[in-house]
Amino acid sequence: MASIDSPLTISLALLACWAVVGAVGLLRPHSVALVGRVLFPLGAIIGVGLAIVAALSLTEPVEHATLYIGLPDLPMHARLDNLSRVFLALLGSASAGVSLFAAGYFRKGEGTAPGVMGLQYHLFLASMGFVLVADDAYAFMVAWETMALTSYFLVTAQHGIPEIRSAGFLYLLMAHVGAIAILLSFGILQGGTWLFSFDAMRQSTLSTPWATAAFLLALFGFGAKAGLLPLHVWLPEAHPAAPSPVSALMSGVMLKTAVYGVLRVTFDLIGDPLWWWGLVPLALGLATAIYGVVFAAVQTDMKRLLAYSSVENIGVLFTGIGLAIVFHGVGMTELAALALIAVLYHSINHAFMKSLLFLGTGAVLHATGERNLGRLGGLIHRMPWAAWLTLVGVLAIAGLPPLNGFVSEWLLLQTFLFSHEVPQPFVNMLLPLGAAIVALAAALAGYVMVKFFGIVFLGQPRESSLAVAHDVDGFEKAGLVWLAIGCVLLGLLPNQVIHALGAATEQLLGAAPNLAGQSWWMLAPLTERDVSYAPLVLLAVIVAVIAATFLIVRVVYRRPVRRVPTWDCGFGRLDPRMQDTAEGFGQPIRHIFVSFFDMERDLPSPLDHAPRYRVKVSDRFWKGVYLPIAALLSRAAKSVAWLQQGRISVYLTYSFITLVVLLAVML
Amino acid sequence: MSAVAWLTQFLEVLAALVLAPLFLGWVNACRAWLQNRRAPSLLLPYHGIRKLFHKDAVIAESASPLFRLAPYVVFGAMVAAAAVIPSMGTGLPFRSAADAIALVGLFAIARVFMSLAAMDIGTAFGTLGARRDMMIGFLAEPALLMVIFVASLLSATTALPLIAERLVIQPLALYPSLAFTAVAFTMVLLAENARIPVDNPATHLELTMIHEAMLLEYSARHLALMEWAAALKLFNYACIGFALFVPWGASIGSTGIGALALSLPALLAKLAVAGLWLALLETVSAKLRVFRAPEFMATAFMFAVLGLLVHLLLGA
Repeated sequence: MASIDSPLTISLALLACWAVVGAVGLLRPHSVALVGRVLFPLGAIIGVGLAIVAALSLTEPVEHATLYIGLPDLPMHARLDNLSRVFLALLGSASAGVSLFAAGYFRKGEGTAPGVMGLQYHLFLASMGFVLVADDAYAFMVAWETMALTSYFLVTAQHGIPEIRSAGFLYLLMAHVGAIAILLSFGILQGGTWLFSFDAMRQSTLSTPWATAAFLLALFGFGAKAGLLPLHVWLPEAHPAAPSPVSALMSGVMLKTAVYGVLRVTFDLIGDPLWWWGLVPLALGLATAIYGVVFAAVQTDMKRLLAYSSVENIGVLFTGIGLAIVFHGVGMTELAALALIAVLYHSINHAFMKSLLFLGTGAVLHATGERNLGRLGGLIHRMPWAAWLTLVGVLAIAGLPPLNGFVSEWLLLQTFLFSHEVPQPFVNMLLPLGAAIVALAAALAGYVMVKFFGIVFLGQPRESSLAVAHDVDGFEKAGLVWLAIGCVLLGLLPNQVIHALGAATEQLLGAAPNLAGQSWWMLAPLTERDVSYAPLVLLAVIVAVIAATFLIVRVVYRRPVRRVPTWDCGFGRLDPRMQDTAEGFGQPIRHIFVSFFDMERDLPSPLDHAPRYRVKVSDRFWKGVYLPIAALLSRAAKSVAWLQQGRISVYLTYSFITLVVLLAVML
Repeated sequence: MSAVAWLTQFLEVLAALVLAPLFLGWVNACRAWLQNRRAPSLLLPYHGIRKLFHKDAVIAESASPLFRLAPYVVFGAMVAAAAVIPSMGTGLPFRSAADAIALVGLFAIARVFMSLAAMDIGTAFGTLGARRDMMIGFLAEPALLMVIFVASLLSATTALPLIAERLVIQPLALYPSLAFTAVAFTMVLLAENARIPVDNPATHLELTMIHEAMLLEYSARHLALMEWAAALKLFNYACIGFALFVPWGASIGSTGIGALALSLPALLAKLAVAGLWLALLETVSAKLRVFRAPEFMATAFMFAVLGLLVHLLLGA
């Protein structure tokens, strides 16, 4: 039993505080002053507290607690180990930035009342936290469902709009399909003991087929939440529908609870995954990464673009999980630890980068009311704070050194370089090719991000209404700054982060990268190879060169700068409409990856009076997978509906037949 | 770190800064000879850069601070890249700061900033160039990474100076995998440095431009930095090629002043041959349509992947 000042108790208390903070908002549900200026900042402080408690307790032993809530004689169990701590730290630190931003974001008269919104938001946070500390299937599923439901209500905050309602429905549907699979997986994991605590599941031994089934069900269930191919379709619908801070939380943090779930089930509850299981998440992850990033490149809605980019990152994460399982299964534990570190590191990185970008789109959305890339542009002049802070996120997620996205990518690529040593024929030749796909996805992510930032913030405003766009205010700025600083620090101090994450891999796999005796600024995670990376030195060199060049150029060539209108080749006035559109920027991708898309095109003919060009790119999985399933379901429902004749006599006949059958069986 | 190591480091960056425009001039001169034209002066690129530095800068009204920052970032990234490429010696103090993957990242920084700057003014040509350059880039970057992977599988490290060092120390052998990757690398080099067949550095037709289209709005010192950075990029790529495929001649480790002194003529000789080779390649090939460029790059990528497979199959 945990003592009163143990990290677990404090964490649980902080989670309860989130719920209380949310509930307080109900006192005056329409007061923006109370909810926005008091409660959301309080939520941010709780988040910071949670992150500190979780990070500081990484060296402490595992803690257990029994909570006497819920059904009588069925207490809930909580447990705090290093995996939970890592993800709690992620939840706390990333949500702090989002909460700060949200403090300035929610305004009157936009869908749900601020107080109700605050309650849903903080319950969502608390339930995500509880998912991470739950230690039995009941507690886990209750928290998981609370998470799904609160986020459903947050997504449908503006429920007056039909598209948002249908996006919310799709999200709820996928969440529940996933939840059923997770529940079934837990059902297998209890292994005939009928004890649903995670401790019992750790002790039960399963035969290989059953363990495989449990793993695949968990992968399906958590994959539905994470957006693994082909279960990704809800992401690009739900993220644009939700208010931006909610999109940030869902994409930045909630998707990571699914990663947590897969890691928990695979490495903790099952315990000794077979090596070839890893090939499934590896292959799916690589496919998801490429698919997500290619679709991100052709989007015209900035939040859909980011949603598809999240799909890509989930792909990268699952690729890492797959590698970790393979390495662990064949006994290369140190490399498994490194792959797992890459996964955890990338989870944290993505939480910061993607939250930052979604909040940046939130700022743009508030300032302009536009999500369509084709109507934005030139906002760096009107919104310098939002633009430059978003640029940090853009460069980070494009995987550029010395920011954080590069570090986790670097770790993953380094791990891939060892995959040819896996003692399995064929597999050891195919695995290194995965590195090619990861590299391609990373390079495409750069393309996507140049498109995103260039079209939204650079160039000339495509609409005259953009001239009155306003920059972010105090709280919003603070939230963006917090996340941007996180991106920079996570990029510059990889050793410290990896050392902390090593505690989690030590607990799960019994191995951690050996960083002892290394300089604090130099990352060299593999002892047997000379690979190293020192982001601080790299940054110092680049900054020194830039500063020196700048000074020399300024001192030696003191020539003035003249500002003139853009040269129009002598043809008359340039028009902002002449800039590349989002469709135009995505055109090379549509051309190269043409087989990925389900494309409809209307091309104007030269004789048209009102020429119209239209291209619609949709997901092949809709037509290929989802619509057939939906059609099948409705056909099945129709055939069952035949039973519903609508006359009482018929129903009484059914009862009669049922009774007769029952009697026949009984006797 | 010994004094020689720091000297090597300093001389290498200096050599990159000084020799890069000369190398560009040499390639142009060779091309002119091969095409039966009178060659321009080898020093022409220096004159161009000097002239640009002495001009008043003209900047479009719709330019943001990012537009003025970009040339410095691009130049800084290229100089930083030159600091970790073993052009003269392998005992570089900075070699543990950035390995070959980080090197690819440095090139990516330059590309991203250049594309963003091209989009900043908001003209049709700028965005067109940015889009095309990013298209070339996302195909070239993984191909380059695969090339580096093959070399690092051969030498058990991803640090470029160490790769060069170990390839020299190993007994001379022909690696079939390196042959494939050399083809891939040459193709990447041509594409990334805006050479024929992917782009034409001498073109004045905006619709076919890639690299030049992105620089249309730059003038004076900003343009000078961009041009210099482009020359540095070509020089850097050539030196990466030397490190991976002909590492002989560079001073190994920190062997002393003598080896370092010998490494400069070796570098010059390698550059001379590489420039001639590049000019020959450009002369015998025709520029591809923009939409053939992805196929060209995909071929490079497949060659690099093939090199990887060959290495894994044959272990060499």
